[in-house]
Amino acid sequence: MVAFIIRRFIQSLFVMFVVALVSFAMFQFIGDPVNQMVGIETSLAERAALRERLGLNDPIYVQFWHYIVNAVSGDFGLSYQHKRPVADMLLERLPATLELSLVSALFSLIVGIPMGVYTGLNRDGFLAKLFLTISLIGISLPTFLIGILLIFVFSVMMANAPPIPVFDLFTIYPSALQLPSFGRGTTVDIGSWRTGLLTTDGLKALIMPSITLGLFQLTLIMRLVRSEMLEVLRTDYIKFARARGLANRAINFGHALKNTLVPVITITGLQVGSIIAFAIITETVFQWPGMGQMFLLAVQNVDIPIMAAYLMLIAFFFVVINLIVDMLYYVVDPRLRVDAGKVSGHG
Amino acid sequence: MRKTLMAAMAAAVVAGALASPPAEAKTFRWAFQGDAQALDPHSLNETFTLGLLGNVYEGLIRRDPELKIEPALAESWEIVEPTRWRFHLRKGVKFHNGNDFTADDVLFTAARTRADGSDLKTRLAGVTDIIKVDDHTVDFVTDAPNPILHYEWATWYIMDKEWAEANNAGSPTDVTGGKENFATRNTNGTGPFMLVSRETDVKTVLKPYDGWWDAANKKHNLTEVVFTPIGSDSTRVAALLSGEIDMMYPVPVQDMNRLEGDANTSVLAGPELRTIFLGMDQELDELQYSNVKGKNPFKDKRVREAFYRAVDVNAIQKKIMRGLSEPSAIMISPFLFSRSAEFKRLEHNPEMSKKLLAEAGYPNGFEVGMDCPNNRYVNDEKICQAVVAMLAKVGVKVDLLAQPKAQYFAKILRPKRDTSFYLLGWTPGSFDSWNVLYNIIATPADDGRGKFNVGGYSNARIDELTTQVLSETDATKRDAMIHEAFKLLDDDRGYIPLHQQGLAWGKRSNIELAQRADNQFMLYYVNVK
Repeated sequence: MVAFIIRRFIQSLFVMFVVALVSFAMFQFIGDPVNQMVGIETSLAERAALRERLGLNDPIYVQFWHYIVNAVSGDFGLSYQHKRPVADMLLERLPATLELSLVSALFSLIVGIPMGVYTGLNRDGFLAKLFLTISLIGISLPTFLIGILLIFVFSVMMANAPPIPVFDLFTIYPSALQLPSFGRGTTVDIGSWRTGLLTTDGLKALIMPSITLGLFQLTLIMRLVRSEMLEVLRTDYIKFARARGLANRAINFGHALKNTLVPVITITGLQVGSIIAFAIITETVFQWPGMGQMFLLAVQNVDIPIMAAYLMLIAFFFVVINLIVDMLYYVVDPRLRVDAGKVSGHG
Repeated sequence: MRKTLMAAMAAAVVAGALASPPAEAKTFRWAFQGDAQALDPHSLNETFTLGLLGNVYEGLIRRDPELKIEPALAESWEIVEPTRWRFHLRKGVKFHNGNDFTADDVLFTAARTRADGSDLKTRLAGVTDIIKVDDHTVDFVTDAPNPILHYEWATWYIMDKEWAEANNAGSPTDVTGGKENFATRNTNGTGPFMLVSRETDVKTVLKPYDGWWDAANKKHNLTEVVFTPIGSDSTRVAALLSGEIDMMYPVPVQDMNRLEGDANTSVLAGPELRTIFLGMDQELDELQYSNVKGKNPFKDKRVREAFYRAVDVNAIQKKIMRGLSEPSAIMISPFLFSRSAEFKRLEHNPEMSKKLLAEAGYPNGFEVGMDCPNNRYVNDEKICQAVVAMLAKVGVKVDLLAQPKAQYFAKILRPKRDTSFYLLGWTPGSFDSWNVLYNIIATPADDGRGKFNVGGYSNARIDELTTQVLSETDATKRDAMIHEAFKLLDDDRGYIPLHQQGLAWGKRSNIELAQRADNQFMLYYVNVK
C-alpha cells in the first residue's frame, strides 16, 4: 500500500511537470502580454524594455526553468494585470470555487440518485419518462444558456412581476423570490476562508450557479443509477431476496441501490475534478468570483503567471482526486489488497 | 425525514414570498464589463482604470461633462515664457488621510511618473525641469513651446508624498520586482470619493469624502457607491433590468431596444471620441498577404480610393451598429477639431471602384488578407465581415483573420507589423489633433513618431506640419495647419475612416448622470432620485 502511494505520488509529480511544460509551450501562441500591460501611448522602446525585464525574450526552456525553480519554492510570481502575488489571488478565489463545486456536486447527487432510482423502478411511468425527457435538457443545452435562462426567469421576471393578491388574505410578492444574477452575496470570513454559506444572501446567490453547474452531472448520475438499477434488478440475488419475501423497500434500497453505488462513487469522484475545472463558464455567466473566472480573464489578457498557476493547481486537483479514487478501490475491492503471491486457489 | 425536509422547504418558500418587497437602497450600484487593473494611478494608461481612479484622485486640471478644461488642484496657470508654465496650486486642499496638498506632492508625483514601471511617462513628455517656486507654486519647463502641455493632466493624478513614502510606494508597481506595491490596493487622493474596500474583480466600495475642497459645489447626492465588474453582457443587462444595479456600461447594441422598452430603464447613447478606420500597407514593396506578387497594389492611390468607395458606411451604421455610430470623414472626432465640418466622405460608389481597379491594372480585382480584432471595438468582427462582403462586390477577394485583441495587436503592431489590411480604432488621449497626426499619420520613425501608423503611410508635408502643430501657439494658425494635414491625407486616401463608434450607458430611470464623450464615468455628477 505504501509503495503504491509512493509510486503514484511520483507519477503525479511527473504529470504536473508535463502539464506545466505543455502549458508553457501553449503560452507562446496566445498573444503578447506586454501589449495588455501598457497603455497605447507607451513607446516601443519601453515595451521592448519591459519585455526584456519580464524575461519574455529568453528561450522557452529558460523561462520554463525559472518558473519551475520559483514554483518549487512556492513563488508563482506577480500577476501581470493585477500586480499582486498570484498565490494570494488563487487562495482568495479558491473558497468561492470549492463551495460552488461542492454544492453543485451535492445537488446533483441528492436529486440525481432518487430520480435514477425512481426511473429505474418505474420504467414505463409517466413521471419517469418526463424525468428522462427533461434530463435531455441537462445534456444538450450549453451551460451558459442554462445560466442565462435561469437569470432571465428568476432575476429579471421575478423582479418585475406585479404582486399577486390571494383572496384578500395575503399578497405574494414575486420580487421576494428574486435571486441575484451575479456575485456571491454577503460573505463571512472565517480565518482566510471567505464563505457564502452562512448568510441567507450568500445561500440565495448559490442557488442558480450550482443548478447551472450541477445539471449536467445530475443527468449523468440519474442515467447511471437508472441503468445500474435495471441491471441489478435482473440479478439472481434480487430474485432470491424476493423469494425470501422481503419487503420491496428493503430490496430496492437495501440491496439493489447499495450495489449500484460503486460505479456512482467512482464517477462522482472523477466528476468532482471536472466540476471544479468546468466551473469556468458558470463562474463567468454569474460573475462568480472564483478561480475559473479569474482564469478566463487571464487568458484574455495573456496574464501568464495566473494561467500557469491555475493550470498547475487544476492538474494537482485531478491528481489528488485520482489518487483518492485509487485508494478507495483498495478499500472497496479486496482483491487489490492482497499481494499477488498470497492469492489462494479461489481467486 | 424526507417529509420534514419538504415541509421546511415549502415553509421557506412561502415565508420568502410573504415578506415585504425589499426596501429601496440608498447606495448607487453600478457595473462595467471589467475592473480597473490596479489602483496605482501611474501603473496603467487606460481609460477605465484612470476613469475609476478619477473619483478618488485628482489632477491639476479636470474636464467637465463637455470635456472643457477646468481648474482642479491648480487654481490657475499662466505661460511665463513660451517654454515655462507656472501653476498656482489650490490652498487648503487635504488628502483623504488629512495631509496637506503642496508643491512637494506635485514634484514627488512627477518623479514617480517618470520611474520604472510607470505607464504615464507621456504625460510629462517634453518637460525638462519642474521647479518648486514656493509651497503653492510650481513651474514646468519644456524643451519647446507646447500649447497643449496640460491637456492630458486631468488623468495625471497627484499622490501624497508622505503617504507614498511611508508605505514604500515611492515608485509605481513593477511586476518584475516580484513584490506587491501598497498603492496597488490602497488609495489616498484628494478627490470627492474615498475607498472603503476593494476586492479585485469582485467589488469596490467608495464613500464621499467630506473634506473635499469642492464639497460646497458638489453635484451628487450619493452616500455610498458600490462598483461590481460584470463580464458577461447578458448578465449585466439582466442585473440592470432586475434592479440589482442602478447603472452599467457598455450596453451591447443588440440589447438597446430591450432596455429602452422597459419602463424602469433607459439608454444614454452618444458619439464616442474613438474613430474606427481601415488601414492599408503602403510601406512594403510586395504585400505579405496577397496574390499580387512583385508589387504592392496599395501604393496606387486608385486602388486605395477603390477600397474607400466600395465600403458603404451607412449600411454598416444601420445594419451592424444599429444606429450607434456616426460615419466619419476624417481621422478625428468632429468634437475635437473645429474645422471638421469642412470634410465630406467620398461617395459610396461600387461602379467607380471597379473602374478605378481596372485603371490600376486589376480589372478582375485581387486577393488580400485582412486582420481584425474580435473583442476590442463595438462589433469589430461584424464590421470586418461587412467590409469583406462589400469588397467582394467590386471583385476584391478578402481573406479575413479575426482574432482576440491579445493576438491581434501582437500581430499587427510594430515591431512585427505583420499585416496588409487591417481595422483599428483611435482616441486621441489629449483630445487634440496633434496626437492623431503624430501617432497614426506621420511617417514612422525611431523616436516614436507614427508608432501606430501600421500601414506606413508617408507624406513629407504632413510630417513637417506635425512638427509645426506641436509648437504653434496661435489657435487659428494651428487649426489651419491641422486642416491642411487632414486635407492632404484625405486627398491621398491614406486611410479609410469608417465611423465614430457610439457609446451606450444603461441606467435605471431614477438615476441622473452626465455622460462624457471620452467614456469616463464621473460619480460626482450622479444623482439618485
